[in-house]
Order: sequence, then C-alpha cells, then structure tokens
Amino acid sequence: MTLKKHKDTPSYTATQNACKMCTPLGATLVFQGIEGCVPLLHGSQGCSTYMRRYLISHFKEPVDIASSNFTEETAVFGGGANLKLAIENVARQYAPSMIGIATTCLSETIGDDVQLILNSMDNHINGTALVHVSTPAYSGTHVDGFHGAVAAVVDRFNPVGKRIVYRPKKKKKINLFPGMLSNEDLRHLKDIFEDFHTPVTILPDYSERLEGPSWEEYQAIQKGGTSISAIEKMNVAVHTLEFGAVLALTAEMGQKTAGDILSKRFGVPCTRLPIPIGVKATDRFLDTLSQISGRPVPEKYRKEKWRLVDAYVDGNKYVAKKRALIYGEEDFVVSMAGFLAEVGIIPVLCASGGKSKTFKKALEDTLPETLIDQVVIQNDMDFTCMEETAAAMPEDLRPEIIIGNSKGYAMARRLKIPLVRVGFPIHDRVGGPRILHVGYKGAQQLFDNIVNTILTAKQTESRIGYSYM
Amino acid sequence: MTSISVLKQRENQIYQKGNQPFKMECETKSLAGAVSQRACVFCGSRVVLYPIADALHLIHGPIGCASYTWDIRGAQSSGPELHRMSFSTDLSETDIIYGGEKKLKKALLELIEKYSPKAAFIYCTCIVGIIGDDVDAICRQVEDQTGIPVIAVHSEGFKGTKKDGYKAACDALFSLIERNKAPRVTLPDSINILGEFNIGGETWIIKKYYESMGVKVVSVITGDGRVEEVQQARNAALNVVQCSGSVIHLAKQMEKDYGIPYIRVSYFGIEDTSDALYQVAVFFDKNPEILKKTQDMIRKEVQAIVPRLETMKKDLEGKKAAIYVGGAFKAFSMIKALKTLGMEVVLAGSQTGTQEDYEVLRQMCNEGTVILDDSNPLELAKYSVEKDADLFIGGVKERPIAYKMGIGFCDHNHERKIPLVGFEGMVNFAKEVHGTVTSPVWDLVPRRQKPAGKEGAI
Repeated sequence: MTLKKHKDTPSYTATQNACKMCTPLGATLVFQGIEGCVPLLHGSQGCSTYMRRYLISHFKEPVDIASSNFTEETAVFGGGANLKLAIENVARQYAPSMIGIATTCLSETIGDDVQLILNSMDNHINGTALVHVSTPAYSGTHVDGFHGAVAAVVDRFNPVGKRIVYRPKKKKKINLFPGMLSNEDLRHLKDIFEDFHTPVTILPDYSERLEGPSWEEYQAIQKGGTSISAIEKMNVAVHTLEFGAVLALTAEMGQKTAGDILSKRFGVPCTRLPIPIGVKATDRFLDTLSQISGRPVPEKYRKEKWRLVDAYVDGNKYVAKKRALIYGEEDFVVSMAGFLAEVGIIPVLCASGGKSKTFKKALEDTLPETLIDQVVIQNDMDFTCMEETAAAMPEDLRPEIIIGNSKGYAMARRLKIPLVRVGFPIHDRVGGPRILHVGYKGAQQLFDNIVNTILTAKQTESRIGYSYM
Repeated sequence: MTSISVLKQRENQIYQKGNQPFKMECETKSLAGAVSQRACVFCGSRVVLYPIADALHLIHGPIGCASYTWDIRGAQSSGPELHRMSFSTDLSETDIIYGGEKKLKKALLELIEKYSPKAAFIYCTCIVGIIGDDVDAICRQVEDQTGIPVIAVHSEGFKGTKKDGYKAACDALFSLIERNKAPRVTLPDSINILGEFNIGGETWIIKKYYESMGVKVVSVITGDGRVEEVQQARNAALNVVQCSGSVIHLAKQMEKDYGIPYIRVSYFGIEDTSDALYQVAVFFDKNPEILKKTQDMIRKEVQAIVPRLETMKKDLEGKKAAIYVGGAFKAFSMIKALKTLGMEVVLAGSQTGTQEDYEVLRQMCNEGTVILDDSNPLELAKYSVEKDADLFIGGVKERPIAYKMGIGFCDHNHERKIPLVGFEGMVNFAKEVHGTVTSPVWDLVPRRQKPAGKEGAI
C-alpha cells in the first residue's frame, strides 16, 4: 500500500468540479432509447433545458425533453395540474408511444405522488403509455437514474401476473441491459448478436435515435430505439444479460435491477457480466453468449481477437508499466481498469463520482493481485480531489496518461498529462458517440489510441523528433 | 411540414408579418409540456454573475445545477479564473431532511479559506427554496467571520423565468456595490460598460474603442469582472447598457440611488457599434475632443473592414436567415448586420421579448417574416424549413435543429469562443456566416436533393 496518498488530501465539504451528473439525466437518456418515447421532467424549466443542452453537446442531435414548468404556485400547491397539462401537450405535439416521466428534486420534495396522478389517468393518454421513474437529484448519480429508468420501464411493461403466452424455443431471444454505453458500442453489440444469429432486445438503444441521418422533413421524434412491443416480450426471453461489475455486486446486496424483475417474476435467468472492454472481458461475454444461445463464437471474432492480441504484442513496450488515471461511471472505470491491466498499464488512480459501496470490491475482483497494491481506488470523488491526489503522488508513481470523458480536460491541462477521451460526455470533440469501447474491436481502437497518445507525447518532447519506431 | 402542428395555447405567440393584425402574446410563463427553449431563474443569475473571476460562485443544491453549468460560458478573464470552477454543496437526502444550512456554512468557510476569493455568491436552487434554508443568515455570519462580501442570489428555478434570474443577479450586484463604504466621486468622462460578459474577449475589444475615444471605463459588469472594480461602478458618470434584458434592473437602480443616467446600446454590427460609440461621445459633448477622436476611429475601423465584408457579401446576397435568441434587442442588431451582408431575415424570435420589442421587430422585418415568442424545436424547425432558411442563428439547443434540416448555423450565445462585437467582431461574424452558408455540404443534404417547390408544403 505504498500509494495511498489520497489520505493526505483533505476531504472537502463542497463538491468541486463534480465527476457525476444528477439522476434525471440518466433517466432521460434511457427514455431517448425507447422507440417513440418523449422524456418529461416533472420540475422546473431549467432542469430539462440544461439536460437537453448537456446531451446535445455530446450527441450533437436534437434532444427534446419536455418539462412540467413549475411556478411558485405549483411549488406551493403541488404539481398535479401542471403535470397533466404537460402530458396533454406532449401527447398533442409529439404523438409519442410513451412519455417517460422523471421527477426532479423539486417535485420529489414537495411530495407530488406522480404514480397516483398517473393512476388517475389510467397510466395512458390517447394510447400513449405513461411511465414514471423516481429520480430525486439528491440521491445517487446519473447512473442510478439510468438503471432506475430501465427497471421502471421493464417493471411497467412486464407486470406481475402477466400471462406468459409462449416461450419461443427455436428462436432464442436474449435480453441485454447494457448500461450507459456509446452509440457505437450499442451498434457493435447488435452486430455481435446478429453474427450469432440470435435475436436480442437491447434496452435502452439510443444508437440510431441519437445519431441519425439528416432529414428532409423534420421528425418530431427521431427514428430508432427499443420498441415497446419488444420490451413487453422481455419476459419470454430465454436469458437476460446485464452489464456492470458494480451493478452485479450491488444487485447481490439487494438492489433491484431490470434483470431481477424478469427473473423473479418470470423465471428468466439473469447473468451479470462486466462491460466487455478488453480481451478477457470480451472472451467472457462471447463465451456466455455462445453458451446461452447454443451457437459457437463466429470465426470472425476469433480473428478479431487474435489480431488484437497481436497488436498488444506489437505495442507492448510502449505501454508497459505506464501509469494511468481513469475516471467516469463506476462500472465503466472497473472494466476500463481491467483492460488497462491486461495490456500492462497500471491504473494507479481509479476514480468516480459514484457512491456505490461495491466499487472497490469490483475493482479488487477485476485487477490482478500483483497490481492491486499500486492502485488507489476512490469513489465519491470530484475532479479537484482527483487532481490533488494525482499531484500529491511521488513523481515516479504519478499518472502519465489520463483516460476518461471531456470533464477531465481542465485537470489534464493543469497536470500537463495527455488525456485520452472515452466514455460520456465528450463535449469538446466531434465523434464522442462513435467511440467504440466494447468487444475486441473496441479494445483495438482504445489500445491504438492510448499507445499513439503516449507516442505523440514522447515524440513532441523529443529534441529531434523521429520518424521511425 | 404539415405533420407539425402548433399548440393551440401558443397560437398568439406566433405572428407572420402581413397576414393578421399584430398583437403578440409575450412575457408569459412557458407552457407546460411545450418543450420551451428557455432556461430557469438560476440560469439567468449564473449568466450575469459568472464572469466575475475573483469571486467564489457556490451553487447551493443537489449536484445537477452545478454539474451542467461547469465552465460552459465563453467569458474570459485576464487574471484569476475562479469563475471557471464549479462549486456545489451537493445536497444529499439527509441534507434535504435536516436542512442544508450547516453544510453550506462549512463549505463556504472551507472554500473561502482555500481560494481566498474577493467575494462569494451563493446561488439558491429550487430545492433550497423548498426546504427553506435561511441562506441570508448564513451569508451574514460568514461575511462577519471572513470579512469578504458574501451574497445570496435568490435564483430558485421555479420562481419565474430566466429574466427573473437576471433581476436576482442585479440585486446581488447592487448589494455588492452598496458595500463600498468609500465616498462617491463622479469621475469625468467615465462610463460603466453594463451587460457585456467578455465572451471570447469581447470586453477587451469594446474597452479598446473607449480608450481610444478618451473615455474612461470605470467598470465592466461583468466581463473580465473583479469584485473591487464592480464596487467602483458608482463613480462613473454614465452607464452604457448592452444586453439590456439582463442588467437593466441594475442600471435603473443606479439611476435611482446614485443619479447615474443610462443609455441602451448594442455593439453588434457596424451600424449599432458606431451608433453606440457616437451616443457616448455625444453624451460627453462638454469635451469635444472625444467626438473628434470617435469619428476618426470609426472611420478608420470601418474603412479597414468594408472591403473584406464586400467580398463575402457577393456570395451571401439574397440568402435567407432565421434568428432565435434570448433577448429581442440582440435580434435587432443582428437583422441590421445580416442586411450589411446582403441577407434577408425570414424568421425572428426571442425567449423573452416584450410587446414593444416585437413591434420593433415587426417594423424591421419584411413581409412574410415569422415572428416567434418563447418557441420550441418543432415550431423553429417548421418555420425555418417553410421559409427555406440558409442560415440559423441561435444557441446550442437550436444547432441540431438547424443541422438536421441541412441549414447552416451560427452560434450566438454565452458559450461562444469567438468575439462577435465591434468592427473586428463583424468580420468574425461575416466569416462564420460565409463559411457555413457557402459550405458544399448543403448540396448533399436530403432537403436539397429534391426539386424546388418548397412553398407547397405549408
């Protein structure tokens, strides 16, 4: 435990440059991944505007999020009337298949019983399903809002006592709850299932809706997303896959996930895997998929894997023993750390703004024992603490590369350490939603990117520069 | 675009010049569920106070409000950069139950010790208004303890619109100015520049003009702002107000309490920039030297940029533009600037315009121009396509609407990184407009793939 320097940095009362967003943001992202769904935030106008703005700068696509536009009177007398009016207007303007209602800190605190209001409307308006997820911004982070919304949607469309009409034996359909991944990740996962000739329902899937073509006619709601009819059939799938090592441990501790709902109510077995980043995690994912689908891993992926391993070999010495700081959503950090460790990079500081009690354990399970004592693991951390922790490390143990979303830019700039942009949000570059992290292909791109970033830094520092390696 | 219908409750907030008697409904609360482009009270306060670079800006509430506003503004500082940090009390469930006062006080004391700011602004978010923390009391205690001004900004999101946030910010600024106990002295030929936020360094451009005119700038509120400089504001002879929507309350308060008159100006485009500088020169007519210097400078500046604008104008002549901005006053200047470039405005709208603003807009616009108040993505898309715009000027939330429909876009909000004010700003603006409108990518978009006949769709 030579590196536990973070203990020397003070623990602050205020959060300074947060490494997290609030719960409703995650929920709105999930709603964007459901076909024909419009998110509606029950609260002040600003919440929806800020989240729209935030998502737009990453996805560079229209992101419409309605608001129930609280006023002072609403805050005093309750938001029921506003919510109803908002629902009516969204239904009128967008003719959505579903309105996903996430509550903000404001409506949660004044105690609006949204579910009661929706029940009084029979949870529908002109054929539009109304689904509520409780997302008070003062508990949890955007990831909790994300998982909460997935579970709420699954719960709503797969209610207790729903009669299982059929369980297709020949076409083994699988459910996948991928967690917060990039558009390119979701597209790649769909390709993988296709190559396995195995039908899949991925929830959510915003990959087309938040990265579609230019239009001839303006679309009130972009095309794409998981259809409600597919979500309604999730209870007859043969298996559920749920990504996230932290999520898996949290679920063991009793947190209800979407996979849980399906397994408890309908007996759909659920397997939880880490996000498949890197060779080992992708091996595990493909082998599991092969087992539950009864189909062999397609040759294509074997080829991809060995090409990747060959690339690891070609680049091994440029990354060997390099020290990295990684941050982001807890599950993302855990899988990214696993990938870095397998190519020989030491993730000396693994940080997240999340607050799960299982983050440390998930990393300890993922990283090799030989490495673990060189790694500082810290969640509930902001960028100021991260920066101070990194700066306080002895020079020969300090990170040499930073891996994470655009939010680490200011820190990277001050620390003068190159930043490799991955994850969410990427708001200072184009192509953020097209970054591939998962599968052998994703690892290949991450590996090339990281090695080249290290080489660029070396080349720039070199007195003569160089042309051959 | 027949598929997009306008909400009935919003019909009186849309006007097409020439087809109906003019009576614009405006200055109302946004309609629930209409997906307004507007933000909240907190946003309004944050925009105005943000550029004060040596102040601590602490957002009291759950993490979201701070997270989404961290360093998103393009306001630059020539010195300290404390404003670019994002501080939050990050309230958790227990704070909501037991109140956030203790946490706020502790956070404030810690942050003030760590960063030694010259003042602190505490932004109250929605939740703080609900749980009823006595933020003013905490501010007083911390002010007594630390000796720096500690000011609560009452910006609870649900208390109105962005405009009400401007007012909250103005109240905070005035309270900061009032804390200056030194005697007032009116400095000759001196002004405050109000409502100028140094986006992409715009303050420095404007200051340079005034300096070469021989006019002393006492303070800029709040571009490249410093606490001490803001507190000197009451010593100026004149307030020159740009972006009046945001700071007019402060100008009026200063007129009432200190007798400092104000004028409303805009520094966008050749016409309005020249007009602004001349108005100031004329105000100080006791010193004829100023007017002479102003004339010389404007002549020189205009001569330097006109040939460059003329070259670009050749390509832009007859192209159509849509404008959707926060304050309507900004739209007036933009219409003039676009005319300078030979372009026609086919859609003009704002988030917060008044009845008078829209009347001015109506007079400035050609027949057929659509005028919108507090619009939303569906309406903006509908009308800019119907009007066949080649360019859309707006903010980040409008950009994807334009791009999806294959329309060029120019960003004109607080997140910009390029200065657009003054004479050199006009060149930047023209370059950006020219670059996007003449981009070959529009030949490839679906909208341009079909034969003409665009009017038919209405």
